[in-house]
Amino acid sequence: MTSSLVYMLAASAVFGIGVFGLITAEHLMQKLLALNVIGSAVFIFMLTVAGTTPEGPDPVAQALVLTGIVIAVSATAFALALMVRIVQETRLTSLWGRDDED
Amino acid sequence: MTTEALTLLVFGPLVAGLTMIVAPRRATLPVALLGLLSLPLALWPLTRAVGRGDEVRLALAGVAAPLGIAWRLDALAVTMLWLTLAVALLVSMHALSSFPPASDAGQRFWPLWLILVGSVHALFVSADLFNLYVTLELVTLAAVAMTALSGAPGAMRAAMRYLLLGLMASLFYLLSIALLYGQTGTLDLYQVGERLGEDGAVAVIALALMITSLLVKSAIVPLHVWLPAAHAKAPGPVSAVLSGLVVKVALYILIRVWFWTGAAATGANAAGAAATGANAALVLGLLGAASIVYGSLAALLQARLKMLVAYSTVAQLGYVMLVFPLASTAAFRAVAFHLVAHGLAKAAMFLAAANILHALGSDRLSRLLGVDKRLPVNVLAFVIAGVSIMGLPPSGGFVAKWMLLQAAWQQQGWGWVALISVGGLLATAYVLRVVALAYAEPRSARSAQRTTQQREGPAAPLGRRFGLTNVSALLLALLAIVLGLAPTPLLGLIDLGLPPGLTP
Repeated sequence: MTSSLVYMLAASAVFGIGVFGLITAEHLMQKLLALNVIGSAVFIFMLTVAGTTPEGPDPVAQALVLTGIVIAVSATAFALALMVRIVQETRLTSLWGRDDED
Repeated sequence: MTTEALTLLVFGPLVAGLTMIVAPRRATLPVALLGLLSLPLALWPLTRAVGRGDEVRLALAGVAAPLGIAWRLDALAVTMLWLTLAVALLVSMHALSSFPPASDAGQRFWPLWLILVGSVHALFVSADLFNLYVTLELVTLAAVAMTALSGAPGAMRAAMRYLLLGLMASLFYLLSIALLYGQTGTLDLYQVGERLGEDGAVAVIALALMITSLLVKSAIVPLHVWLPAAHAKAPGPVSAVLSGLVVKVALYILIRVWFWTGAAATGANAAGAAATGANAALVLGLLGAASIVYGSLAALLQARLKMLVAYSTVAQLGYVMLVFPLASTAAFRAVAFHLVAHGLAKAAMFLAAANILHALGSDRLSRLLGVDKRLPVNVLAFVIAGVSIMGLPPSGGFVAKWMLLQAAWQQQGWGWVALISVGGLLATAYVLRVVALAYAEPRSARSAQRTTQQREGPAAPLGRRFGLTNVSALLLALLAIVLGLAPTPLLGLIDLGLPPGLTP
């Protein structure tokens, strides 16, 4: 029980760090990394949930984490591709500043 | 029969979309037509079955939940599927001309478009929280990719903002699922509520996370920041689908979770949860009010047509949030009707706006002076859609707002009555701002000369006036009017899918 509490607290801390990073970071790459940090926190949390059942590890929660990781990887790949295009087109690495009109 | 139809509804468009990526160029058009035209054939028997009161369920590939994928279809889902069908077919008609399937742009558009339609279908039939997460993510990724389709810097930056906020919201939703699963040991939309009984704190945190996440995805003020730029900078057919369908998907999940999962939870431990629920409902209603007022005022201040229409979406989505504090059958019917009516009218409005942008090369409102002479069919489509958005009779928008007003009146919620009326007035103001400009005669001879110079020649010949792009906008707008003239079938369908345990 105590070990799962440690994991839960760790997950919460990592989640908080990720959200903080996502909000404060300017560079798109940092924002993407922050999103992945949040994702890791959610996965730690889900695995903790999977491990706390009395009958041993819960396969459903593990299946959820696996699916979640697949989605996170593809979303990250897509975001990276979009980011590269944005940097190539605008020479800007952040979303700050006004958009060009027309 | 129904299970095959259900499978076709989801996998038809998905398989068609994936086929197009690998198939040769000339196959795109037939595959797209096959994928789209099979949808009414699948939806019709399903509607009949739901109308008879059958429950349509399917465990995909025979694997039962929780490890398998469970689908369930009820009347609310069927309602949303019909909206999807109408918008999808007419927007496809527009795209046949604006994104020709054999062109480079078409090669990028059509696969994404069919995958988006398939994902939206999959979302509406999902019966568990995790499948809703997966399908919501699919919808978001496809929508973001389509936003960035033009490759213009502004569009890509808007898409990136949409993606970052969307992914953050998804992770909040996933955390909420983890909490709920840890608490209840199930993911079923309906069982989660029943088992949430005792421990209030975790349930409150989980539902708060989930609601926040869905508010981001449905662009409710103050979490709307991504919407206007994304919807305005996307190509025409894409804006129409984003505003008409994609934002509604998150609201659909919110309504599902609130009235199906949440209601079961309040039933399980009455007093305390009901009080928390009422407070939360009030907060959601106030956020809706903020969306209506802020979205309308922002629409009034915009200098560009597509931005105006996008802010109008923020305002119109606010009405949906009023169902939570009103919490009656009457309000639910009104809001479900509003989802459909707004979907049709807003898709029409965005298509018309996109056509105007395409023809003038700019959608600055100042350029719209006298545009009626040049694009009569488009301006007409915009006006007809505007009638529904303003809530004037006879239109779907009128029926929805009228029913919502009655629902608020019944409960003597005078604040909500005032809000709905003010919202209607503001909508009239921002729509008429465009209409007045479009029908205005240029004042002086000099400005008349200037507008003639701006035109790239005489008015379009009649054949081009009734091209696919114009007619699709007009048909969508007319559908919104038909909904007002004959609301009975849709209301009958909505009545079959009312949430359990609501007061009339």
